Amino acid sequence: MKDINILMIGVGGQGTVLSSDIVCDVALAGDADVKKSEIHGMAQRGGSVVSHVRIGAKVLSPVIPVGEADIVISFENMEFLRYPEYAGKNTSLVVNKYRIYPPSVAGGQETYPAEQTEETKKAFKEVFEIDAMKTATAIGNSKVAGMVMLGKLAALLPFDADLWRTVISKKVPPKTVDMNLAAFNAGYQF
Amino acid sequence: MKEVLSGNEAFARGAYEYGVKVVSSYPGTPSTEITEHVAQYDEIYSEWATNEKVALETVIGASLAGRRAMTCMKHVGLNVAADPLMTVSYTGVNGGLIIVVADDPNMFSSQNEQDSRHYARLAKVPMLEPADSQEAKDFIGIALEVSEKYCTPVLVRSCTRISHSKSVVALKARNTPPIFEPENDIKKWVMVPANARVRHKIVENRLDKLSDCADTGRLTINPVEFRSEEIGIICAGVTYHYVKEAMPEASILKLEMVYPICFEKIKRFAEKVKKLYVVEELDRFIENELKAAGIEVEPLNRSVCGELSVDEVRKLFGKSVREPAFDPRQLPARPPNMCPGCSHRGMFYAIAKLKLFAAGDIGCYTLGLLPPLSAINSTVCMGASIPMAHGMDKATDGALARKSVAVIGDSTFFHTGINGLLNSVYNAGTSTVIILDNSITGMTGHQPNPGTGCTIKGAPTQKINFPKLLEAMGVKNIRTVNPFDPDECIKVLKEETAKEELSVIVTDKPCIFADRSVIKPPFYVDVNNCSGCTICTRLGCPAILWNKEEKRAFIDETLCTGCELCVKVCRFNAIHQRG
Ligand code: SF4
Ligand code: SF4
Repeated sequence: MKDINILMIGVGGQGTVLSSDIVCDVALAGDADVKKSEIHGMAQRGGSVVSHVRIGAKVLSPVIPVGEADIVISFENMEFLRYPEYAGKNTSLVVNKYRIYPPSVAGGQETYPAEQTEETKKAFKEVFEIDAMKTATAIGNSKVAGMVMLGKLAALLPFDADLWRTVISKKVPPKTVDMNLAAFNAGYQF
Repeated sequence: MKEVLSGNEAFARGAYEYGVKVVSSYPGTPSTEITEHVAQYDEIYSEWATNEKVALETVIGASLAGRRAMTCMKHVGLNVAADPLMTVSYTGVNGGLIIVVADDPNMFSSQNEQDSRHYARLAKVPMLEPADSQEAKDFIGIALEVSEKYCTPVLVRSCTRISHSKSVVALKARNTPPIFEPENDIKKWVMVPANARVRHKIVENRLDKLSDCADTGRLTINPVEFRSEEIGIICAGVTYHYVKEAMPEASILKLEMVYPICFEKIKRFAEKVKKLYVVEELDRFIENELKAAGIEVEPLNRSVCGELSVDEVRKLFGKSVREPAFDPRQLPARPPNMCPGCSHRGMFYAIAKLKLFAAGDIGCYTLGLLPPLSAINSTVCMGASIPMAHGMDKATDGALARKSVAVIGDSTFFHTGINGLLNSVYNAGTSTVIILDNSITGMTGHQPNPGTGCTIKGAPTQKINFPKLLEAMGVKNIRTVNPFDPDECIKVLKEETAKEELSVIVTDKPCIFADRSVIKPPFYVDVNNCSGCTICTRLGCPAILWNKEEKRAFIDETLCTGCELCVKVCRFNAIHQRG
């Protein structure tokens, strides 16, 4: 199988860690080797969270080399700007339109880098913009926005959608399975 | 069966599969999850100890009693446990005894970048270093075997990229744990000088044997992958994967036992390659050992700061790396921040307001250093706040004690703060100590501690009562304040810092993760009353936002926990509760 490197970026509380865990389990169930490396600092406290997921026949380093991400998925609108080194000319970007204001922006000292975000999107091979928060709210719970994003990512990867659904059903709290699957399906069809 | 496990889950699984009976640890990133996962196995007795020294001493006892035992800590935790480590090296073990130590190259969440391999040499005990999760699990088994066969504690070294990475692991059933008779052997277990002198020779002898046999018999570790004879690379741990990906043509000797080093095997490897390199993260540990043994190593222009990576290794060998798609830009930072509703915020607001010098400590409350609060002025190590304030007091004959405080959390107080406070009481200090008691170890992910009232398994247990404890320690001025009332905090701070006596102020509101029942309906800003004075935004609560255009504050109600702090600082009656 062709090696696939996915950089998953988000803000603490957005479900980035759970999503990357699901990708790992799907890859293993899909008979691939997989490694993930994560820096979640103090994620619960609103910090930046980043997971490197590498899938292939035999994965070595758990960290993606410079310029070698095939897909960058940003669970927040500007966060991908923080990790310029991993994206290259052939990288696809999946980005949530939803913005979470960093403290200095919320406090009014700095502005949200909206222009930079737009400008930098041009550096990618292709860009998928998802309004995950809107979709999730329509489904009935803003908390499943991350699952909408994961649905879109799944559509770009070579694993069967049902494999994803099985893994998700096992990984999320039992009461939330239906809601999460609905969010996943919405993202998958985006 | 195969599963994708983090290094930490795999270490825990190793403890389970290889029959460990007792695990005692103190949490510390990136090692914390090992013990949390161990706690899920009923076959293993597990506990949160009050600090790493206590944890190691507990498992030394377990080993003496004849069972396999493990303690897990971060690199700076090993400093705290260094005292028993140096001597358990002499006593040796009965049941297998291993210490998992997790380093943090690049300091993702640590106060320094120390390289724990030096402890293996200092304590003269073997150290193993796995390269991924499968090895994390397997090496627990090998380490226990080495421990019992050579009568030595064994260090197993992890790092953030092992502990917090995931890879595929094949699971097995639990082995029947070996049980040894408890030892009552004074010559071995009582380290008075006469006995210790004998044991020291045994320790040296053990090291010699270990470096000889590291590639024979049951311990077939330190494998060689022979490829080109042009370049041979010695590496260890996660670096092995960086090297293999960056230099697929090179021959590799992977050191799985990083101390003591098996020179015979390395000499044979060196003879077969034209140029021998050592690629290692942090200090030049292996390289210096080899040079001291007279083995020629090619120089590499490598930094001893921070992490390695595939790219770094490529660059070291003059290979090109890919270009990033875009340039890094100046971005608004997303630092970790004290949570909305955090019970520390009000006290920091009061400290900042009074412009007190705050000798800080290690925990969530270290985040009080961030703007807009900017309330912390020093942070060195666990427990340092109280003795540092004491030193400042004595150095200035009390002058600085009138303008400063020591700030420490409950878990850190139990860890090493309690010793410092005893010292201040005994030596008639006059500083002011604030114990931010939120009934949990917040920073590392909300582990219970002696102030929580439950054990690692959630079983109810004694909950320490701070005022009673302080009274028993001889503290005369003890005040309890509500940290969500800044006016009260300011008043008490003024009174207690003015006293020429030791004072301890205790806050007593739980972390929002310790007790979810403290979460109340959210607040909102009534724009008609908001004057735009910015007092509330200066609390640094992530739920309070500033609308630049309208020059008004507003509250993100999805984040607000209803703690009422902002209400108390607003002088315009603009903040009200929903519902
Ligand atoms: S985890 Fe608890 S102690 Fe830490 S910042 Fe959040 S509320 Fe405060
Ligand atoms: S009540 Fe005020 S200070 Fe407390 S969490 Fe809500 S917005 Fe933040």
